[in-house]
Amino acid sequence: MNRIEQLFKTKKNNILSIYFTAGHPTLDSTVEIIKTLVEEGTDLIEIGIPFSDPIADGPVIQKSSQTSLENGMSLKLLFEHIKDIRKDVNIPLILMGYLNPVLQYGIETFCKKCNDVGIDGTILPDLPFDIYQEEYESIFDKHNIYNIFLITPQTNDERIRKIDNASKGFIYMVAASATTGIRQGFEEYQQDYFIRIEKLGLKHPRLIGFGISSRETFQHACKYANGAIIGSAFVSALEEASDLKKGVQGFIRNIQ
Amino acid sequence: MKYTVDKKGFYGEFGGSFIPEAMYPNIEELRMNYLDIMNSTDFKKEFKQLLKDYVGRPSPLYFAKRLSEMHDTKIYLKREDLNHTGSHKINNTVGQILIAKKLGKTRIIAETGAGQHGVATATVCALMGIKCVVYMGALDVSRQAPNVLRMKMLGTEVIPVESGNKTLKDATNGAMRDWINNPWDTHYIVGSVIGPHPYPDMVARLQSIISEEMKWQLKKQVGRDYPDYILACVGGGSNAAGAFYHYLDDEKVKLIATEAAGLGADTPETAATLAIGSPGVLHSCRTMLMQNEDGQITEPYSISAGLDYPGIGPMHSWLHKIGRTEYLCITDKEAVDAAFTLTQTEGIIPALESAHALAVLNKKKFGKDDVVVINLSGRGDKDMHTYIDIMQKKINI
Repeated sequence: MNRIEQLFKTKKNNILSIYFTAGHPTLDSTVEIIKTLVEEGTDLIEIGIPFSDPIADGPVIQKSSQTSLENGMSLKLLFEHIKDIRKDVNIPLILMGYLNPVLQYGIETFCKKCNDVGIDGTILPDLPFDIYQEEYESIFDKHNIYNIFLITPQTNDERIRKIDNASKGFIYMVAASATTGIRQGFEEYQQDYFIRIEKLGLKHPRLIGFGISSRETFQHACKYANGAIIGSAFVSALEEASDLKKGVQGFIRNIQ
Repeated sequence: MKYTVDKKGFYGEFGGSFIPEAMYPNIEELRMNYLDIMNSTDFKKEFKQLLKDYVGRPSPLYFAKRLSEMHDTKIYLKREDLNHTGSHKINNTVGQILIAKKLGKTRIIAETGAGQHGVATATVCALMGIKCVVYMGALDVSRQAPNVLRMKMLGTEVIPVESGNKTLKDATNGAMRDWINNPWDTHYIVGSVIGPHPYPDMVARLQSIISEEMKWQLKKQVGRDYPDYILACVGGGSNAAGAFYHYLDDEKVKLIATEAAGLGADTPETAATLAIGSPGVLHSCRTMLMQNEDGQITEPYSISAGLDYPGIGPMHSWLHKIGRTEYLCITDKEAVDAAFTLTQTEGIIPALESAHALAVLNKKKFGKDDVVVINLSGRGDKDMHTYIDIMQKKINI
């Protein structure tokens, strides 16, 4: 069974998913970050593939992506770094990034490689689900890779149902009408949206991301979904940490 | 129309709408409505009226007698440089501001490189009394100060983009992020035939006024409504799209487009996307891109800021692939030489972009009786500092 499926079978609430950009803050930090996150009880990890033009990201992740590329990170090198990750890590791992680097790597080669190293899913924000279904779904299915789709406060109910039907694993609920980034608390329209989605009774579990940055926002989001995703706030913490391991520990302990 | 967009928004394998979910409602709204709006009597009337009285259309089709003698052929210049704000860009912004109004939008955003599209957008926003924000790479802001000041004088807020290499590509990223953050009231006026469907098709249609006029102007002046050749430069490719549009299916008309080769298509300092690029996805469409083997977009170079883009409209990727249009590489030097030649034989100072189309005259021999239309997409006022530097030998070309 795909590890994402397994996670949501065994854990229903307060699922903590962490995003970070591979190759940031240093080229070789990826494996240490993953291992420390696992030790600290993170349930799911999204490893970011850096891209030169991350249009859905705010300043923090943009900068981490740029640093990562300057450090020399690439999808090829990332696979190299995580090739033995399954010797130590059992939680679901997802690769998140923009479509172009994946296209250049080759979709089929990419999916096969994901399966080989033990990647369970992908999040590709600029791959819409209709194009995915038409062109790529069979390839992802063949290699048992779950591609996760996003919904936003502007996505209407009909489309959410369609996405729910096309989904595997979970639905990524983008909390804000915004690019990624750190925000304080939730506005009224976000609250209304959380309630609207909860009432839809979707088939798939949901994680809320974008703007989750603290214990308060994490707990708040968990009231309306199975868990939440933290990205920018964690990437910022890594940027500031003098000791990587302690930085990761400190951040996760503050959340949980 | 076998070369235009299909129902799903593709030109062959190129195009489409590779957008983050956050942009879906706005793009879908536009996709569902743009043709109905553009075909409505209201829109047509208002658009035509503004093109005539405000932009100054039709733009003349000028027989360049001395240039023709020099090249022993018949050269006609489509004078988009005479439009209000100095280039073809205004055709698109006038159309899109009307579409935005019909959609009930109250805020406009745009990207700009050299500032031509930014100025054209700021202009129509001033005309309509609509709030306007233009994203511009921080490097371009410092290189193109007069256009920044023009936009500000027109009441537009210019936001310098500090990410990436701080040029057009990064300005486009900035505008897209703005739209994601402001999904309720904003329309994004994309400046070229790029971006997600329906932008490439919508912008091509709005620019198609160029070839629409060419038809009756040629009929009147030459006695037949088609030329033998049409020449245009391509960055994103909107002026070429407009100049080719009504002749795409008329295969006796040969289409030639020129990419900016910078210091040479075989050097790293180039913007010749089709010559050196490969297919990929950037700014929400699948098209030819300048990229490294890891799929990271590389930085283009051209002396002309308006051609300095690492991609090209999906329509051009397709026309290139199937061979309907011939794409040539023109270096900085070839473009500058052509600009000085036009200036001194016809008394017209062209934009550096348009000079890339003129340069074909020195590369290709046309027949004595061939009718060659060159789309003179913009005037050279904005490039005077570059031309002056060349004359004073401050830069080597």
